[in-house]
Amino acid sequence: MSAAAGAAASAASSAADAAIEAHGLTRRFGDVVAVDHAELSIPRGQIYGFLGPNGSGKSTTIRMLCGLIRPTSGTIRVLGLDIPRQSESLRTLIGYMTQRFSLWEDLSARENLTFIANIYTLERHHAARRIAAAIEEYRLAEFLDRPAGTLSGGQKQRLALAAATLHEPPLLMLDEPTSAVDPQSRRDFWEGLFALAARGTTILVSTHYMDEAERCHELAIFDLGHIVARGSPQQLMRELPLQVIEIETEDTTGARAALRGLASLRSLAQLGLRLHALLAPEETDAVARVERLLAEHGVRASVRHAAASLEDVFVGATLPRAGASR
Amino acid sequence: MLPAALRRTRAIAVKELRQMSRDRLTLAMVVGIPLLQMMIFGYGINYDVRHIRAGVVDLANTQASRSLVADIGSSQVVDFVAHPAGADELRQMIISGTVHAGLYIPPDFERRRLDASRPVAQVIVDGTRPGVDTAVRAITDAPLPGRAGLVARATPAIEVLTEFNPERRTAVQVVPALIGVILSMTMVIFTAIALVRERERGNLELLITTPVRSLELMVGKILPYIGVGLVQTTLVLLVGVLLFNVPINGSLFDLYVGAALFIAATLGLGLVISTAATTQFQAMQLGFFTLLPSILLSGFAFPFEGSPVVVQYIAQALPLTHFVEILRGVILRGASLSDLWWPVTKLAIFVVLAMAVAVARFRKRLD
Repeated sequence: MSAAAGAAASAASSAADAAIEAHGLTRRFGDVVAVDHAELSIPRGQIYGFLGPNGSGKSTTIRMLCGLIRPTSGTIRVLGLDIPRQSESLRTLIGYMTQRFSLWEDLSARENLTFIANIYTLERHHAARRIAAAIEEYRLAEFLDRPAGTLSGGQKQRLALAAATLHEPPLLMLDEPTSAVDPQSRRDFWEGLFALAARGTTILVSTHYMDEAERCHELAIFDLGHIVARGSPQQLMRELPLQVIEIETEDTTGARAALRGLASLRSLAQLGLRLHALLAPEETDAVARVERLLAEHGVRASVRHAAASLEDVFVGATLPRAGASR
Repeated sequence: MLPAALRRTRAIAVKELRQMSRDRLTLAMVVGIPLLQMMIFGYGINYDVRHIRAGVVDLANTQASRSLVADIGSSQVVDFVAHPAGADELRQMIISGTVHAGLYIPPDFERRRLDASRPVAQVIVDGTRPGVDTAVRAITDAPLPGRAGLVARATPAIEVLTEFNPERRTAVQVVPALIGVILSMTMVIFTAIALVRERERGNLELLITTPVRSLELMVGKILPYIGVGLVQTTLVLLVGVLLFNVPINGSLFDLYVGAALFIAATLGLGLVISTAATTQFQAMQLGFFTLLPSILLSGFAFPFEGSPVVVQYIAQALPLTHFVEILRGVILRGASLSDLWWPVTKLAIFVVLAMAVAVARFRKRLD
């Protein structure tokens, strides 16, 4: 951990082990409630994920946590600091990556890093060491002197992460960092995040990719401004309060039609020749019930119980709230 | 090691310079706009009105009337391009814009020549065109050659001595003030855009999460442009001296100090605009909105002494007004900054106010 991280740790000694604490966090934009009474407690040294569709309140929450947007109501403590009141003291303690590439496209990668080092007033020799280390760690050498605007999505992401971590912040806030990046670059990017977490950095990352969410130590699932589920991915999958029925059939259209009348059906999603049906827990002997319905409609299929995937968890958590689940 | 605030300010300034040097359009604006405008305005604006298209109606058609027409025509203020048949046709030609002035010589011209109480002829002027009236009036005041029989005119009672510009050349009056106009055009828009562009491109969202303070950001943004403005000042001065023979009677140092102050004031105004505008297009519009009153009310084009009091107050709020005063004072009248302490002070106050407003309005937040 860096000196800055150490200082933050001692400053926050009272706030136990949580890097971020938020209570009753609410933000309205006019009539729209973007975030509605969110409760957060994010432990240090973890990769904590915000999973949710666009417009679910993830970005607004992250922006409130780093003091860019003031909450309408609620309290925030980040690294022991009262936000937004002490936002300026937080600046050197966090690294922030926006959804959109926000370094300067007409400056080269190296010039961008030098600029960031100067803005954080890193001591000259220390800055040179940090930049050299970042070039090595994020493989920036190949495009170091090219204008940042000409880089590929993955290269921009590596550069942005290098810039966000140049001053070794104990806390990283990443707002959908991989939305414009190919799968291989996303894997590389996550390697980088794990390496940072292993060195003690707390990382808050928002995403709408299931595979990324599954890599987080802990998750909060956002829907329409509410946190609708939270826990580790394994725990969430294990404790999904719905039955997952997998149906394998050539006639997916027929199967869909057959199951339409099933009252306990919460959702039906297709994955190639398979259908994932989420059924309410009250439905006893669900497999037999589904098999019977399909047979009545002349659909040949194999039906079985399946373990919940994170996608099932997500679908289950973001079902229309008119249902009995809330 | 510099103090942190200075290091961050310098980092912003260096970044700004780098970006500027890479943007060919900006570079073209830095050099191209001043040169182009110097040419257009320096040659184009001329208060010394000549060759006004005019018509002549000579109903007397005597030798004396014909020489009166020839004398007025030889002044070159008017060119007699039409010879309408009567007063009505002359009037029609003025309405249609074919001519802008006319000379009417009545049939009883010869009798009037002998009667000192009645004018011998009439000059009709299109009052809708600025400058024409004054110019044509001047020829009627001019003593016509003392031809036999024409009413003799006395020499003027008061003699006018035009100091600092004895030849009354328009370029001498216009070119120094042009420095201010050209700087206004480019500077407001440069800074207005420099900050708004970062907002549009998303850079600002990153920047406001760093430890950089509002004042450091603002100062860092305007410093490089003060340099650019001084380069432009030099260009315009060179063209003025080499092409338009404008004398520089005062000290160059005083001139550059005044220019730097004015540039800072204009950049500050640009920053205030950029805190209000959300898109580059809006910033441009707001920039132009401040430009027109600057040009029209600053005393650059015509003296504001004749304007209503309210408009004069508005003129006082425009930095260009004070800079035009400083420019004409230093360049033409050889004044020093201590002679011009009052406009200099007003400019300095403007700089401080504009920066204070910009810093106060700029929030390191997105809401």
